[in-house]
Amino acid sequence: MTAIGIVGAARRTLARLGGLFRHRARERELAAELESHLAMHVEDNLRRGLPPDEARRQALIALGGVEAMKEAYRDQGTVPLVEHTIQDVRLALRQLGKSPGLAVTAIVVLALGMGSCLTVFGFVEAALLRPLPYRDPGRLLAVTESLAQMPRANLSYEDYKDWKAMNTVFTSLEAYNTGGQMLSTPRGAALVRGIRVSDGFFRTLGVTPILGRDFAPGEDLPTGPRLTLITYRTWQDRFGGNRQVVGTSVMLSGTAHTIIGVLPREFQFAPSEGAEFWTTLHADGGCDKRRGCHSMYGVARLKDGVTVDQAAAAMSLIAARLEQQYPDSNRGQGARVEPLADIIVGDIRPTLWLLLGGASLLLVIACVNVVSLLLVRTESRRRELSVRLALGASRGRIVRHFVTEAAVLVALGAGLALVIADAGMRLLVGLIPSDMMLTLPFLDGLGINRAVVAGAGVVALVALGIFSLGPLLVHSANDVRAGMADGGRGASGHAWRRIGAKLVVVELATAMILLAGAGLLGRSLYRLLNVELGFRADHLATVRVAAPGALFEKPGAAERLALDVEQRAAALPGITAVGLTSVLPVSFNGNTTWIRFVGRPYNGEHNEVNQRDVSPGYLAALGARLVSGRYFTAADDAGKPKVVVINQTLARTYFPNQDPVGQRLGDTSLTPGSITEIVGVVADVREGGLSQDIWPAVYLPIAQSPDTDFAVVVRTAQDPAAIVPALTAAIRQLNGDLGIFGEAVIEERIQMSPAAYLQRSSAWLVGGFAAVALILGVVGLYGVIAYSASQRTREMGVRMALGAGRSAVYRLILREAGTLALVGIVVGLAGAVAAATFMRKLLFDTPPWDVATLVTVAALLGGAALVASVIPARRAASIDPIHALRAE
Amino acid sequence: MGDKTDVWQGTLALMVLKTLATMGAQHGYGLARRIEQTSGGKLTVNYGTIYPALLKLEQEGAIAAEWGASENNRRAKFYTLTRAGRRLLAKEERSWEDTTAILARFLAPERAE
Repeated sequence: MTAIGIVGAARRTLARLGGLFRHRARERELAAELESHLAMHVEDNLRRGLPPDEARRQALIALGGVEAMKEAYRDQGTVPLVEHTIQDVRLALRQLGKSPGLAVTAIVVLALGMGSCLTVFGFVEAALLRPLPYRDPGRLLAVTESLAQMPRANLSYEDYKDWKAMNTVFTSLEAYNTGGQMLSTPRGAALVRGIRVSDGFFRTLGVTPILGRDFAPGEDLPTGPRLTLITYRTWQDRFGGNRQVVGTSVMLSGTAHTIIGVLPREFQFAPSEGAEFWTTLHADGGCDKRRGCHSMYGVARLKDGVTVDQAAAAMSLIAARLEQQYPDSNRGQGARVEPLADIIVGDIRPTLWLLLGGASLLLVIACVNVVSLLLVRTESRRRELSVRLALGASRGRIVRHFVTEAAVLVALGAGLALVIADAGMRLLVGLIPSDMMLTLPFLDGLGINRAVVAGAGVVALVALGIFSLGPLLVHSANDVRAGMADGGRGASGHAWRRIGAKLVVVELATAMILLAGAGLLGRSLYRLLNVELGFRADHLATVRVAAPGALFEKPGAAERLALDVEQRAAALPGITAVGLTSVLPVSFNGNTTWIRFVGRPYNGEHNEVNQRDVSPGYLAALGARLVSGRYFTAADDAGKPKVVVINQTLARTYFPNQDPVGQRLGDTSLTPGSITEIVGVVADVREGGLSQDIWPAVYLPIAQSPDTDFAVVVRTAQDPAAIVPALTAAIRQLNGDLGIFGEAVIEERIQMSPAAYLQRSSAWLVGGFAAVALILGVVGLYGVIAYSASQRTREMGVRMALGAGRSAVYRLILREAGTLALVGIVVGLAGAVAAATFMRKLLFDTPPWDVATLVTVAALLGGAALVASVIPARRAASIDPIHALRAE
Repeated sequence: MGDKTDVWQGTLALMVLKTLATMGAQHGYGLARRIEQTSGGKLTVNYGTIYPALLKLEQEGAIAAEWGASENNRRAKFYTLTRAGRRLLAKEERSWEDTTAILARFLAPERAE
């Protein structure tokens, strides 16, 4: 084609596409043009002496078939395929508009199903499918030590150095540990989240600062300079995005650090828990130097050609060698190597898949529901379709009509679903507790994105296929004559009843699975929230205090601080008891120590127990129960012999059938300074998470094991939330340099703890899915039974005329409904047990075949089904046989 | 595609362009009459077929249309050749000559027999 040709064709196409919109105007103009044409021709004919009638006739003949010409003109004026499609869409919209109830129901049902699915998919995509934002993230591994009791344990710095030197499977191995830093600001000290990393950390991840430079090799040594990288957000929030910030110095916990760079905006590292300041390790703390003190985690990049399993095996060998070399500190210390993604999303992965499963089931029900609706509609339109076919509509055009109608439904449904999903994602992310959110940075700003839209597209295509196929299948069984003759009664009515019945069974069974899932999760949540805590969680509030270590280095200073804080708090009105602890209850099993008992044979085993440094009043303030002996008192201070209170699990484990009070214990080598005497046994306080086991625990007097970072727990007479501001103010008054954070009401803190949160959100979400599923399933059942009853009106009339009682008719309908419901429930039960087995790991103290739950759920669904079928049964039983017989 | 009407449409377009080029602005009826006259009465087609052809040329930008008054002071839609139309006409004329020349070579020997 020549240039002119191309331009011409392009212009023509544009004009024709444009023509789609100025349809009417063009028709009017053509009519005017033809009119003027005729008028001129008639005039000419008159001039040639023809009589008026003949003049007009001749002109019309010369012009030719006006309609055929108009058709040709119209086709030239626009694009027939598009024109037809627009007509189809218009027709579809008109048809849908004719039964707005049905259209709205179908669209809403589809949007709910798709919306739930897409909401969950958004989370799944962000957390599980999207690769971590590092170079070749699949080769990154989390490397930790491992104990029988604690499969994922911290790594000690000495072990880390040996692992780094000895391994041949990683291109690099880095260490990090998180911790707060006191940042000096013009407005006083502020506690900020920090993390210490080894020098090659960012090179291993493949992350480069956007401003300034990365840590250089050797800068993490104790002698290295004090440097820090800051996150993009910190750069913006604290330093106003000023590029001059690189090279300036900040005071972190009393030490000047030079800011050497800013991390990229999209950088995230979930285990950093929102760290703002990234400093180098400088392993000079007491813990870093002891091989037995575990405080770090490792991250490594796998060498090419090495698998994760090979790396794990190699690291286990190294760990075994170190175990032999350092039996005191390393006995039982294995190595654990796993994909980095596992430690980041491992905990929420099963929950997310569960929710996606639940939402998918809901989507299935929704689709089945819409298909039923469309089928009913096709039934009632059989006559119309037959007429159209008889009048010469091509099958293809009819098929296209069905597809267009389904497409309009799906498009509207999918559009609404995207809106629902966007709102749903934002709502759910907003509900995540802020502490937990720090460990889920990939959920930040979650909303509709390309992946979700693509997901919506896929679901929409599948739905389109199902929705257009359903009516087509039913319709293809139709024959034109039958459709026109009987007006939609008879054989195909039966066919529809059969299909409808099957669809209802699918719906009910799916609803049963979701209900059972929700029931089990609800029961599991109840069990979790009612687990024995070992203390009275009501009327307790807490706040955490951290003092810059540099300010409290003098002997007795930290001890003094703890006493002062306790006294200030106790003096506040409304506070009935005060206690301090190093770790709050219902947090985690960890911060452990190894103990050994005086006067007992010892073969080097590691008796790992939780260690909590607490004030004398702590256990009493919690409302823990003293089993024997005594709590410690203010007199048990640094100058006195060391004492310890143990929990019942420790007593049972190490002193079966024996009174532990008066026994003594110490560290693994029974260093004289470590020996303490057991003065009391307390009933188990749940130190770990709600779903975790109770570990043996020792409670040491904070005065004999002082720390500059502790939590204050107060028991109040009134609302515990109300006391928090006064408490914070009182502590701040004591010393302006103290970091004060973590204000919480203990009960809320427990409710919001990760285990409770995950369990509650999955229980609620699956419960919501199940509720919608129940409604849809029951409505579906109602639809089928009502339709079936209406189809059988004449039959009922005959039966009643022949002497059948109303109750017999009633029974007939109820039996039909009952059979469907029963089949649905039984199939659903089997599915429910299978599904529950699959989610067994997510259930706390609840077996997947929990009979009470399954029976309750089956009864609920059965009851709802009964209600749904009673209405049509009543209507059928109350018909007047005379009317019924005349109805045809 | 490629049936008789398309050929007719193609040649009709050429006739329209040529007529407009020689006569200047003209309305549909006038064009139809003129084409009929020029053909010496050999082309008797429905006048109506000219309108889709005019629309196509207008869409291509070869002609422009404007409502105006006819010689008898009647409202009519007048078509004029655009610059693109002139180029198109020149091109089509050449290609038509080529085509007829080629066809002539095929048909000439037969006549010679």
